[in-house]
Amino acid sequence: MAQMTMIQAITDAMRTELKNDENVLVFGEDVGQNGGVFRATEGLQDEFGEERVFDTPLAESGIGGLAVGLALEGFRPVPEIQFFGFVYEVMDSISGQLARMRYRSGGHHTAPVTIRSPFGGGVHTPELHADSLEGLIAQQPGIKVVIPSNPYDAKGLLISAIRDNDPVLFLEHMKLYRSFREEVPEEEYTVEIGKAEVKREGTDVTLISYGAMVHASLKAAEELEKDGVSAEVIDLRTVSPIDIDTIIESVKKTNHVVVVQEAQRQAGVSANVVAEIQERAILHLEAPVLRVTAPDTVYSFSAAEEVWLPNHNDIVEKVNTVLNF
Amino acid sequence: MKHVLESVESQFEMFQILNEDGKIVNKDDMPDLSDEELKELMRRMVYTRILDQRSIALNRQGRLGFYAPTAGQEASQLGSQFALEKDDFILPGYRDVPQLIWQGLPLYQAFLFSRGHFHGNQMPEGVNALSPQIIIGAQYVQTAGVALGIKKRGRKAVAVTYTGDGGTSQGDFYEGINFAGAYKAPALFFVQNNYFAISVPVEKQTNAKTLAQKAVAAGIEGIQVDGMDVLAVYAVTKHSRDRAINGEGPTLIETLTYRYGPHTMAGDDPTRYRTEDLDNEWEKKDPLVRFRTFLEEKGIWSEEEENKVIEEAKNEIKQAIKKADEYPKQKVTDFIENMFEELPHNLQEQMEEYKEKESK
Repeated sequence: MAQMTMIQAITDAMRTELKNDENVLVFGEDVGQNGGVFRATEGLQDEFGEERVFDTPLAESGIGGLAVGLALEGFRPVPEIQFFGFVYEVMDSISGQLARMRYRSGGHHTAPVTIRSPFGGGVHTPELHADSLEGLIAQQPGIKVVIPSNPYDAKGLLISAIRDNDPVLFLEHMKLYRSFREEVPEEEYTVEIGKAEVKREGTDVTLISYGAMVHASLKAAEELEKDGVSAEVIDLRTVSPIDIDTIIESVKKTNHVVVVQEAQRQAGVSANVVAEIQERAILHLEAPVLRVTAPDTVYSFSAAEEVWLPNHNDIVEKVNTVLNF
Repeated sequence: MKHVLESVESQFEMFQILNEDGKIVNKDDMPDLSDEELKELMRRMVYTRILDQRSIALNRQGRLGFYAPTAGQEASQLGSQFALEKDDFILPGYRDVPQLIWQGLPLYQAFLFSRGHFHGNQMPEGVNALSPQIIIGAQYVQTAGVALGIKKRGRKAVAVTYTGDGGTSQGDFYEGINFAGAYKAPALFFVQNNYFAISVPVEKQTNAKTLAQKAVAAGIEGIQVDGMDVLAVYAVTKHSRDRAINGEGPTLIETLTYRYGPHTMAGDDPTRYRTEDLDNEWEKKDPLVRFRTFLEEKGIWSEEEENKVIEEAKNEIKQAIKKADEYPKQKVTDFIENMFEELPHNLQEQMEEYKEKESK
């Protein structure tokens, strides 16, 4: 086992699949000699050659179209969108084309494409770099949306995504890239897409989150423990489709739920989680399900991210409201 | 300071082989086609004209759905397709159903596409094509991808795509030709310039004098061709295909053509934006008329022969409509089935729900 950061685990996953399957192609802006702006593709072009790992012209829609076309020729494209705030430039290729390929062609064509992209707040980027836009794509049928919260999951989920015969959006929270290391097996392994993980067991309240907010939730759980509150923390890991069974099982145990997301409140993943819980387990609830989210403004100017982004204190506060309902 | 626009634009001249009177004006570039092949080209154009007439009639009777008329554009559509091989990959726009049909899509499936049935999009084995693209220009960026894939596989083939004059205003148009150029990928980008994007005339799309010259900015070959001259379109396609396969890169091909009918059968009224004079002017350039004159003067085509094709087309259309009528209706469970290789939790539940609904 090696100690790896999340970015190293991501590179390792791509290296593993580039080795395993000659149809895997990695491409995007600056991913070649430069190794990507975050170094996610560091060394891959040297190891696998320019035929397999290559730079594209600077045009996100073109990158999306390239992925569609290469998939039609039997390749397994792994394009990088340099920052997910640029997704608006490639929305048609993702939601209008890739996600519909199997459906539109009645199963004749498939799109085994994994789109990787950094996102997430707290690292003081310029505008349209940090937004949590997973909800946009989660609303599109035909594509899965995966968001790892740690190095181990990142490697296993990315390998699963690349092997998946349907399109997967793989979102990498920038703040988690190098924030900590953990043990990651050097050999190949997979983590199942669509499966949540209970990160911490508890009996009084369930915290459901994903991405960087998993860490805020774990921190909140530690604080709550000091007050004698036992919080269970669930990492969704995949936000489309959502692992309902793991959620409901926990709700039945704790009867109290707070859903946490970094994205703004309106219409997002957390709203969907709340809806599923009330449809399936309303009689197990002792209080309304509350949410911790960013406010419904446009994403924060970078100098004010600390006051705009949700944090563990917000979570503790909401848990207390739920428990005292 | 040097100004180059005028000198660049003056380089783009319309390529023609057969003039409006059916006379060869460019003997040097006459393609090497046998009498049988020339007749086959005519047969396909006549057949496709009849298919268009019948499709419009069927649409008016409520027996077809979405339909974009093709009459006037036969030389552009069929002359280009005739130069392709089975291994080539077509990414059509929504008016480009005839190319799919002659590439091997059965007629009844073309009708099912029009009606909004997914079986119309299930290309038979051996037909390398996507179903018609609805988003204008999306097929251009995808074509760069298919062409790059073909190059990586070392296949001797090309990716071929079609859009209209309006499509050249889209960002995807530029991204597509630029990506293909950057990778020297074997792609043919057709712009069927029929002068109107629904109602907006091409002069309002761009200040460029030709659409072919847009190739220059991407560093690829561009050529403007008489899109009413099937021999010219064929010759240009063949030449550009050979270049692409030899590793000489993609070509942007602008065909000057005209659609006689409305944009689609969903309520467009061309009299709101085109004059009768303009319609008449273009009908004089009709691709079938001039090619018929040429073949008759060669002594290899006759009215009798043409009537035979018309009868054959009408018969086959009738059979195909019958087959389309008999094809099983779509169910929601079919749709669910075609979403993913393995159904996720939510769709498994919805599958059960709809199975029950459909069993009632």
